[in-house]
Amino acid sequence: MSSYRIQGATGDWEVVIGLEVHAQVTSNAKLFSGASTAFGSEPNSQVSLVDAAMPGMLPTLNRECIAQAVRTGMAIDAAINKWSRFDRKNYFYADLPQGYQISQLYHPLVGEGTITVQLDEKDPDSPVKAIGVERIHVEQDAGKLMHDQHPTRSYVDLNRSGVALMEIVSKPDMRSPAEAGAYVRKLRSILRYVGSCDGNMEEGSMRADVNVSVRKPGEEFGTRTETKNVNSVRFVMAVIEHEARRQVDVLEAGGKIVQETRLYDPDRGETRSMRSKEDAHDYRYFPDPDLLPLVLDDAFLAECRASLPELPDPKRRRYETELGLSAYNAAVLTAEVETTRWFEVLLAECGSKVTAKAAANWLISDLFGALNRLGRDIADSPVSPAQGAELLALIAGGTISNTLGKQVFEIMLETGQAAGVIVEERGLKQTSDTGAIEAEIAKVIAANPDKVADYRGGKDKLFGFFVGQTMKAMAGKANPGVVNELLKKALG
Amino acid sequence: MSVDTATVKRIASLARIAITDDEAQAMAPELNNILGWIEQLGEVDCTGIEPMTAVIPNTLRLREDVVTEPDQRDLVLANAPQAEHGFFAVPKVIE
Amino acid sequence: MTKLTDLTVAGIRDGFRAGDFSAREVAEGFNAAVAGAKALNAFIVDTPDHALAAADAADAACAAGDAAKPLAGVPIGMKDLFCTKGVQTTAASHILEGFVPPYESTVSGKLWEAGAGMLGKLNLDQFAMGSSNETSYFGNVISPWRRSDGGNAAMAPGGSSGGSASAIAARLCPAATGTDTGGSIRQPAAFVGISGIKPTYGRCSRWGVVAFASSLDQAGPMARDVRDCAIMLEAMSGFDPKDSTSLDLAVPQWEAGLSSDLKGKRVGIPKEYRVDGMPAEIEALWQQGIDWLRDAGAEIVEVSLPHTRYALPAYYIIAPAEASSNLARYDGVRYGQRELPEGANLQDMYAATRSAGFGPEVKRRIMIGTYVLSAGFYDAYYTQAQKVRTLIARDFAEAWGHCDLLLTPTAPSAAFALGEKMADPLAMYLNDVFTVPSSLAGLPAMSVPGGLDAGGLPLGLQVIGRPLDEQGVLNAGLALEERAGFTARAEAWW
Ligand SMILES: [Mg+2]
Ligand SMILES: [Zn+2]
Repeated sequence: MSSYRIQGATGDWEVVIGLEVHAQVTSNAKLFSGASTAFGSEPNSQVSLVDAAMPGMLPTLNRECIAQAVRTGMAIDAAINKWSRFDRKNYFYADLPQGYQISQLYHPLVGEGTITVQLDEKDPDSPVKAIGVERIHVEQDAGKLMHDQHPTRSYVDLNRSGVALMEIVSKPDMRSPAEAGAYVRKLRSILRYVGSCDGNMEEGSMRADVNVSVRKPGEEFGTRTETKNVNSVRFVMAVIEHEARRQVDVLEAGGKIVQETRLYDPDRGETRSMRSKEDAHDYRYFPDPDLLPLVLDDAFLAECRASLPELPDPKRRRYETELGLSAYNAAVLTAEVETTRWFEVLLAECGSKVTAKAAANWLISDLFGALNRLGRDIADSPVSPAQGAELLALIAGGTISNTLGKQVFEIMLETGQAAGVIVEERGLKQTSDTGAIEAEIAKVIAANPDKVADYRGGKDKLFGFFVGQTMKAMAGKANPGVVNELLKKALG
Repeated sequence: MSVDTATVKRIASLARIAITDDEAQAMAPELNNILGWIEQLGEVDCTGIEPMTAVIPNTLRLREDVVTEPDQRDLVLANAPQAEHGFFAVPKVIE
Repeated sequence: MTKLTDLTVAGIRDGFRAGDFSAREVAEGFNAAVAGAKALNAFIVDTPDHALAAADAADAACAAGDAAKPLAGVPIGMKDLFCTKGVQTTAASHILEGFVPPYESTVSGKLWEAGAGMLGKLNLDQFAMGSSNETSYFGNVISPWRRSDGGNAAMAPGGSSGGSASAIAARLCPAATGTDTGGSIRQPAAFVGISGIKPTYGRCSRWGVVAFASSLDQAGPMARDVRDCAIMLEAMSGFDPKDSTSLDLAVPQWEAGLSSDLKGKRVGIPKEYRVDGMPAEIEALWQQGIDWLRDAGAEIVEVSLPHTRYALPAYYIIAPAEASSNLARYDGVRYGQRELPEGANLQDMYAATRSAGFGPEVKRRIMIGTYVLSAGFYDAYYTQAQKVRTLIARDFAEAWGHCDLLLTPTAPSAAFALGEKMADPLAMYLNDVFTVPSSLAGLPAMSVPGGLDAGGLPLGLQVIGRPLDEQGVLNAGLALEERAGFTARAEAWW
């Protein structure tokens, strides 16, 4: 969808990108133990004997974690493998108490699926591309090592150890940093719709391993590098740009790309090779003998499917066709699940009094504008959907004008008062009293004889001037429709 | 297949078992002996045979998503060779 | 009245209920026997107070008129592979020396719940890896048996449940727990002239048992006779949601179901078990066993288990592979011994800790397991072994079309002297030739004493049954036991 190219001395290079996204599964308990998954507790306070790999401890599988991964697979139209199993990935590290990570190499839970991304989510006309997902497998998270609390020791906290992760592995289908960024954003959006991951990249709930290689367009894939644990969309894009450039430079200087694991340094904006361990790639995977094959029945799958919400793409299409929203508005409203939720509560509160279009416009321009200024998320908007609906109903019913509506909204933000109360107490009700308006029109005409003459002489544009003057005289409270009608009559 | 001293050392390092050159040298013929014997398995025609997954046909049970093990930090740390400030302590790891 | 320590589990249970003696008298008797038998080195830790507390609870319940629990008044030995809350659990290794679990294994917990008390933690081959109990960090267990050649060679009690075997044969406990991965209950039982049963894989929970090879490990009882095995197995078995491989089945009443009448049963004799170089005495005992079962009403048929000879090599891939991974957790970080040489980094610490903490046989198996799983070898070794395992299980399934039970010798020889086979690991592995195939197939199998060899050492017969048919196995064992009339016991020299 884009023809992103890196200009080298020997010509243009194409970048090939695959992403492995680790997403922490939303669940109460850990994947194989009954310890809590809550974030930010005292060190080692959420560690079961199983998580600490005490002798003789055995894993038992959490149903909800499997359901979440299956639901995620369904959300990307992936094949769900009714027969899967868990393997051990063996390596030694202090954050890995068992000496192996329970993961799924040979028979993952979820097979191939697709994520459709729009290069620019805000531009409905920007190119669309289907990115293949190779698989989603379920595995354990590791614990955490702290290096800065003691001069000669590292400290181990196992609170995260054993929390369920979904590893979502894309195909090497992306060709630019923008595509990769769009993919991560879309994936995050889907996960949050499904509720299988909170998508909080700052807390590490979602992190990406970025696989990058370069090639001359049309040639075979080159050797790739993998940059681990990149924790923001911006960084994912930066890693690709930097790594692609680096690889081109190496190749053009006659060098070779080594398949290796790299680390991103956000401060320097570059990647560097991790101390290569000679056994890093000999994980001695084999099926975990403590766990039997996982066989899912149709009832379980049906339950998972039934619990899926409407997903962003179908929802966006429905907003356009059923609600008559513009493509842009539909895209904006469905990009984030919180926005959609807010919008749908707003619609419900509005009932038949307000059109979906009016509600959408208000949310996107007025509410978003205000939230932007306040630096707040829609989830903690100072105005509730019910309060918004009341305001919109006052406008739709002609009680206040659009312009007054904006003023009322500002007052709502400041005071937290309801729109009706504000309109009532401040006397902002719009008037359709023809007598009062006619009186003001007469005054305006009397005060501007030359303009009246010009208008009557054919300067139609001056009509707006008279509307403005009349509205001003009415302190903005006149019904604009009535003003128009009476002015036309008076000016002849 | 023959396991030489270098292979023994590589395997020992993978398994995180420190061995001396002498030990590696002594172990090589021992392992060769055992592995040589094991290799007769290659004779068995296993075409179309699935590897064993569950010795008594059985599948995985799923547990409910309930926190059953609340804070038990003291128990978890009780046997630690070195525990400080609620953490397990290890020699400093340089990333 | 016989000495209390000469009583069987059933004898103690019934005598206690009848008021013939108090539970405390029994516990004190066995505590004294344990204390007086240090020469056997059967126990790593003695726990006389545990036994006394259980006995006092049983006596108190009796005095209060409460119904007696199934094992009330019975003190037992606990293989030191079972984690016992508040009592050091080492798997006979240095790396776990001093480890005190804050939890109780499901199986030991069930035994305490049934009223049993613990006399101590029994020695074993380190991490249950061995067939002679010569790999324990805490020294060899010595069999109470001596050859009748007048020599004084210390004999191997078999392994890995060698402490259990030795202690029961020497009347230090009436029964004990064992675990069996490739024969670790049956082979030592045969070596010391007692009974032992490995139930169907999944009958006894593995939760809290230090793992050797997860897909093979099964706990089971060892005792002096078949009835005691049935009583113990009933107390040890049962579904455990904490073990994913535990079978969600009710525990049958095996003791009540005991019957040595084998009418209508067909017993298969697998021809492939007639291995080259089998001692004539073993051959003769096997024939004797066949006659006994025929006498008990069984029909004898010859069956074929064509992949038998591949069982051992398959086992010596699968078990070490699983062990190499299961033992990765012993790294000196969260429990157990830590070795931290001057200037060592984390990975150096691991290597030093594991080098100092594991014995030679454990290291050997970790090395084999690591090798067969390593890059490039996985399919040729591990996958092939698991396929062969499927074929071996299939052989048994096929045999069940022709018979209900199988009869074989338990081991290819009587006990050997300590040190005799240590130099050649492979020769030691071959000891498990008859026990390993049923382990690979997860089948219930038991050893009962059949007689003595020319050297005066016990020989065992093995009965193998269909999955979940522990009853059939116990009944055939009982039929053999009744006819063998095995009463020989080791003269006390310790
Ligand atoms: Mg990765
Ligand atoms: Zn992963």
